[in-house]
Amino acid sequence: MNGRALNLLGLGLVAVIGIAFLVLIPRLFELDVVLELTVYMIMAILALSLALIWGYGGILCFGQSAFFGLGAYTYAIAVFNIGESTIPLLLAIVLPAAFAALLGYFMFYGRISDVYLGVITLTVTLILFNSVNSTAGPEFRIGSARLGGFNGIPGIPPLNFPGNKASPIDLEGMFYLATISLLATYFGLRLLLASRFGRIIVGIRENERRAELLGYDPRAYKLATFTIGGALAGFAGCLFANWGNFVSPTIFGLAQSAQIIIWVIVGGRGTLIGPIVGCIGIQWLTTALGANQPSGGPDWWAKIFANAPLILGIILIAFVLLVPKGLVPTLGDLGQWLLSSRGKRAKTRLEPKRAEEG
Amino acid sequence: MDLVALLAIQVLYAIASLALISVGLAIIFGMMRVINLAHGEFLMLGGYAAIVATNNGVNIWLSMLVVAPIVVGLIGVVVERTIIRFLYGRMIDTMLATWGLSLFLVGLTTAIFGNTTVGISAPLGSFQIGAYRTSAYTLFVIAVAAVVLAAIFAVMRWTRLGLIARGTMQNANMAAALGVNPPRVYAITFGVGAALSGLAGAVLAPVSGVFPTIGVAYVAKSFITVIGGGAAILTGTVSASALFGTINQIATFVTTPVFGEVALLGAAIVLIRLLPQGITGRFFRRGL
Amino acid sequence: MTEPLLQTRDLSMHFGGVRAVRHVDFSLAEGELRCLIGPNGAGKSTFFKMLTGQLQPTHGHILFRGQEISYAHAHEIARLGIGIKTQVPSVFDGLSVRENIWLAANRIHSRAQTKRVVDEMLERVGLTEAAERLVGQLAHGQRQWVELGLVLATDPQLILLDEPAAGMTHEEVHKTAELVREINRTKALIVVEHDMQFIRMIAKQVTVFNQGSVLVEDTVESIMRNPQVRDIYLGKQAAA
Repeated sequence: MNGRALNLLGLGLVAVIGIAFLVLIPRLFELDVVLELTVYMIMAILALSLALIWGYGGILCFGQSAFFGLGAYTYAIAVFNIGESTIPLLLAIVLPAAFAALLGYFMFYGRISDVYLGVITLTVTLILFNSVNSTAGPEFRIGSARLGGFNGIPGIPPLNFPGNKASPIDLEGMFYLATISLLATYFGLRLLLASRFGRIIVGIRENERRAELLGYDPRAYKLATFTIGGALAGFAGCLFANWGNFVSPTIFGLAQSAQIIIWVIVGGRGTLIGPIVGCIGIQWLTTALGANQPSGGPDWWAKIFANAPLILGIILIAFVLLVPKGLVPTLGDLGQWLLSSRGKRAKTRLEPKRAEEG
Repeated sequence: MDLVALLAIQVLYAIASLALISVGLAIIFGMMRVINLAHGEFLMLGGYAAIVATNNGVNIWLSMLVVAPIVVGLIGVVVERTIIRFLYGRMIDTMLATWGLSLFLVGLTTAIFGNTTVGISAPLGSFQIGAYRTSAYTLFVIAVAAVVLAAIFAVMRWTRLGLIARGTMQNANMAAALGVNPPRVYAITFGVGAALSGLAGAVLAPVSGVFPTIGVAYVAKSFITVIGGGAAILTGTVSASALFGTINQIATFVTTPVFGEVALLGAAIVLIRLLPQGITGRFFRRGL
Repeated sequence: MTEPLLQTRDLSMHFGGVRAVRHVDFSLAEGELRCLIGPNGAGKSTFFKMLTGQLQPTHGHILFRGQEISYAHAHEIARLGIGIKTQVPSVFDGLSVRENIWLAANRIHSRAQTKRVVDEMLERVGLTEAAERLVGQLAHGQRQWVELGLVLATDPQLILLDEPAAGMTHEEVHKTAELVREINRTKALIVVEHDMQFIRMIAKQVTVFNQGSVLVEDTVESIMRNPQVRDIYLGKQAAA
């Protein structure tokens, strides 16, 4: 079958590029670039979590940053209290997953429609933001961790090798961890989507009523999808808290939630590679525009180009109006602009087909 | 006893401000099935409009009650004509586009006004309830909310525009078949909704100050109120505001404002779980 | 007397003030093939929706092999063995024909069996050639066949067909009738149809719905001669 061959070719390509990236980057670039790329990898995992929930599960989640932030805060609080990082890492996955399961239960078993789902998830995120934001006083502490309100939690101890508190993972180690995690997430999700479960959730996305009439309970499948997405986002949050040794309530903010949505829209719903490319591309774009201010340039330059909300807002409106599916040509252009490698360009073009094959 | 009176005023104020910040959203959602995620930014723009006008010598009452609604109403019409109208019937895309608009407006106001809080002092001073002092402006906000709701009721009940609005709420296609021009109705509706949001943002500006991201503080509450209320604009907004405002204020009073917010969320999620169609989906079905 | 496969007792459905289905007592024996006819708005589709759990009856009971299913979820009823082909084909448009059938077969079969069942079903509904095409790109008639394939692949004991011959060519109608008769060798069916030619090809027993109630129930020949039925429904159809 031709489709299957393409499928395997694509997978192989991603694997090759991923491994090359993993091996070459730390050898070719200075630490600051590696550090920057590390956060891209972490955010790409976050993008994949929404790619699963929204792109394949058809669940309109506008509050993916709730799970991301919850993961980051859980890790920070737990690691301050426990010291060794293995249990905090697990908690940072389990707690957001449990929260997603609870929220998902209310939403799916309450038969809440698409649109309300978006509003509810967004609202939950905003309330988390408001709540955590107002915990600045010294009375807000969990064990030995002060929540710090809008100031956030600084000096979060880094992850250590499992069971060995004395050997923390250094900055380069974080790059390897983040990149390997991203690759593992990507291939794990490909596997999941190729499985019986994955095919059923895509079926439910396509026609929920028909899936029901065939005897599948859409509520249970959506709940499971949502929970997996929550766990993934929580894991990304944990890595993020590690990356900067810092977490603040802006992680729950509207801008953060919007970013995740924009990555997926730009990259394309119903693909996995799209949101990764969308995430890295958008992050790179906003960083580059902000940083590359010409010296002595006019004042308005910074006001417009170093203005992430303004840029992101325009991108989101433009994509919804002009390329609502995160169209492949745009992706191709972006890819061309970002990466000079021919192989990568071909890959992004093939992805939508392969994704449906999944 | 004084404490009870004070608490009563605060509960009433919580209800009034919830109704005020939600009613513009409720009109746009109830009549057009458009979920406007830039709603918080419309409120924010109303605040800025009032402050800029006041600082340029316009009477403060005029700035809040006339200038702000007109400015934001016009912005609303422009937004409807340039973005929303291309997306009717695509609810999710409309949400996404208005979210983009929300970010854009935050960015734009940051570029123009900077990322600092600006304010105008609340007029009217304060008054005494027994041993407690409270701001007289609180009563003004309650009065504005009452007048706005009464005005909407009057328009919906007794005017041709209100009849068209009710018809469109019930059945958009039917209204179109009766010769109503939906594009014009939609543009006007969106403008009116935006104008009311501008008014609310302006009236609340002296209380909270204004900064580019203040919309975030409003948007969650107003969405909860509108969804909790259900499809009927007026009864929905009033009943949900009454429920959530009371819960929020009492929880705040007993514990902290943070817990007040959490209680509000909890109540909203439970309500939506029990009544997915909102309060007016089950009760007061014949409400406006 | 053996227990009926499906039975409804005093089944009613009201939408606000509209009584779409009123006090319907209906009974279907194991292995029976029944046609439902009646003018538009007679309540046939609403009746089907209640039988499959897509609508909850206002009052009354539905019994499937003696088990109460009136308030069960759609997926639970499907698992008990009732399958439905809806009036407007309800299929997975974004997936290929093979994937569509796979999703249906997969619910009751193991992985290895599923593949075999899918191939057989593709053959049976004549879509082997089109197996890899997206269902959304197929013609209306072919989409009907896809949906029929979906329903059959879950191996239900009772199959509800809502206007299976609608929009089909003369030739396809014959093919459908043949398939319906073949299915009926092992399964019970209820078929809603307007095409009297088609009904003559397949039916023995016919139930006539009118204004939400059962007007009459008889053999196809008697129904065709029934003046009351002629008045409400057949007049224009038979003449055409």
